[in-house]
Amino acid sequence: MQDCRLVANDIACRRGDRILIRGLSLTVESGQIVHLAGPNGIGKSSLIRILAGLLRPYAGTIERIGALALTDERLALDGHQTLENALGFWRKIDRASGSVADFGLADLLDVPVRFLSTGQRKRAALARIAASEAPIWLLDEPLNGLDQHWSCMAQVAINAHCNAGGAVIIASHQPLSIERVQTLQILDYAA
Amino acid sequence: MIGRLWPVFVRDLTLLSRGAQGRGGAVLPLLFFLAVAMLFPFAVGPDARLLARTGAGVIWVAALLAAILPLDRLVEPDLEAGFFDQWALRGFSEEALLLSRILAHWISFGIPLMIAAPLSAGLLSLDAGQLLTVEIGLLLGTPGLAAIGVTIAALTAGLRAGSALGGLLAIPLTVPLLIFGAGSLQPDGEGGLALLAACSLVALGVAPFAGGAAIRAGRE
Repeated sequence: MQDCRLVANDIACRRGDRILIRGLSLTVESGQIVHLAGPNGIGKSSLIRILAGLLRPYAGTIERIGALALTDERLALDGHQTLENALGFWRKIDRASGSVADFGLADLLDVPVRFLSTGQRKRAALARIAASEAPIWLLDEPLNGLDQHWSCMAQVAINAHCNAGGAVIIASHQPLSIERVQTLQILDYAA
Repeated sequence: MIGRLWPVFVRDLTLLSRGAQGRGGAVLPLLFFLAVAMLFPFAVGPDARLLARTGAGVIWVAALLAAILPLDRLVEPDLEAGFFDQWALRGFSEEALLLSRILAHWISFGIPLMIAAPLSAGLLSLDAGQLLTVEIGLLLGTPGLAAIGVTIAALTAGLRAGSALGGLLAIPLTVPLLIFGAGSLQPDGEGGLALLAACSLVALGVAPFAGGAAIRAGRE
């Protein structure tokens, strides 16, 4: 996997009239996992969107080497399509060829996406990200709605991605059981 | 870039012409267009001379209303589902995405209207010459309608009451197309076709940029 790197310098985030975060800097490189931790409403999701380049930071800069993949509460899979076709759409766009970690979805490939349960959708989102072959993963609450087994398996997959040279940023209010994760308490940067 | 955009265009076209995910497909605007043409003779009576004189105008009003019908499903569902964010991460420009959508929208409503126009012309007792002008007018004008429609859909996506607002915004913007389209059917009105094409070109040139800016602004 190509070398990747995501650097945020002195980021401030404003939503509406409120400054949520200020003075946050972080660096993630190949093989690293950063956990953005903090209570609801602290600005984790906004920070993820800033890191993804979808939201302009109120202050600060983002530098990035390597492609990004993002999963958040929005699935970006066509509800009327079967899971196989819905994932296939992104594989076509990403020109992905490798085999994919299937997250236990092999039996669900012929089921239309709108019939999937919350946890199955979450796994579908992870499968989409894994198939994208992007080295940097931005995961917004990836473990929400997953049962204990799949929560564990998802973390194993995240760990495996890092071992393969990828970088991962996880925003989650849940504790992670991955060993070498660096935790960043967003509360420390709350304005 | 074009190669990577192809699957997006194919998806746009399938969704807009076949319909799914709460989108009605191409049949709905088409039936609406025919229904208006059918209703009009009932309202003004079967006098062939009156119908022939006003019929072309009715076809254009019907086309305009049919173009407004699918506005709320042009951009909103994909924005809501996170597709535009995912495309942005992959380096697609919103302008290119909207251009693909304009083309798909035009194919799924403009071409069916042109196919249905002879039927409407029969109902409104237009002669062959007028029908030909209507067809040429629709060919030149519907791309403009599609461009304006997609721009407004991008502007109003995510707003409450966006669909009602979209219709209201579209009507004044499409007035020039209506004037030149219907005007081209008046005696010595051929110049209207050139102006119609000019309006369409302006709309097509501006639409991807205006719509793209609207989608980016909507992320803030």
